[in-house]
Amino acid sequence: MADALRDAPANGPGAAAVLAAAIGCLTLGVLALVADAVPRVAAAIDVWKPTGPLSGVTDGAIVVWLAAWFLLSRRWARRAVNMAGVNWAAIVIFLAALLLTFPPFMDMAQGR
Amino acid sequence: MEVTFRDAVTMLHGMGFGALLLLGFTGALAVLYSTSIAGHPWTPAGRRAAALYLIVMALLAWATVLAGAYLVYPWYRALAPAGTTDLGGYPQRLLLANSATAGWHDIGMEWKEHIAWFAPITLTAVAYIFVRYQERLPHFRGLRNAVTALTCLAFLSAAVAGVFGAMLNKYAPVRGGPDLVIMKGGARG
Repeated sequence: MADALRDAPANGPGAAAVLAAAIGCLTLGVLALVADAVPRVAAAIDVWKPTGPLSGVTDGAIVVWLAAWFLLSRRWARRAVNMAGVNWAAIVIFLAALLLTFPPFMDMAQGR
Repeated sequence: MEVTFRDAVTMLHGMGFGALLLLGFTGALAVLYSTSIAGHPWTPAGRRAAALYLIVMALLAWATVLAGAYLVYPWYRALAPAGTTDLGGYPQRLLLANSATAGWHDIGMEWKEHIAWFAPITLTAVAYIFVRYQERLPHFRGLRNAVTALTCLAFLSAAVAGVFGAMLNKYAPVRGGPDLVIMKGGARG
């Protein structure tokens, strides 16, 4: 048990994965709302015509998620971070992401 | 007994990848509870199998959303040519044409097409953390709590997508393409 604890890696890489996932989901929610509200944005992120703006929303979210994961992983590679803080930040971000993807909330945010 | 090509792809997306993913959540939560919270002894081979289980779940989630967004969704949202009266081949148009069914698109599809992507993103993080920390995960209380919560969030998002997917396909099935004969049966008159 003592050896396992001594050899344990820092929680930084795991925290990076958690926070990056939250950031990726929030990006998806923000892009979904903006694409729904602004037709010019929807047209700009229509990267694959058959799927329409959803392709840009999801591709954009994946790019931001992976970039955030990469950057946070490098920053926290050997660090022990305050996991409670990361978890609370992730909870708030995930709740915002959930709200942003919920159509009645999207409509309300646009004054519909 | 026949299905159209689009029926078959839609079934693969929902009943193949999606349903298998939903079935897998009880196993994932049991694995996480046993290995990371209850502290049950697991052999190295058992842990490797558990890690593989979580990786396969993440892959299933990716297969589900990619097949949904890039194979089925284009058929769903296809625009009907002007003057089309039979909207059977245009599910989104069919739903929106009737106020009693429009909500299935406005709320159901609009929510499903976005929230579904939470599942592969969060399950990828879960699999990564489980593989990276292995038997040391129980020592990181905050991390194991996060992993369990991410798995629950993935289940919630997959369940929302699955329920609305099933209902959407009930009211406006995605159909078309060549017929695929599954089995020939005799006609009874």
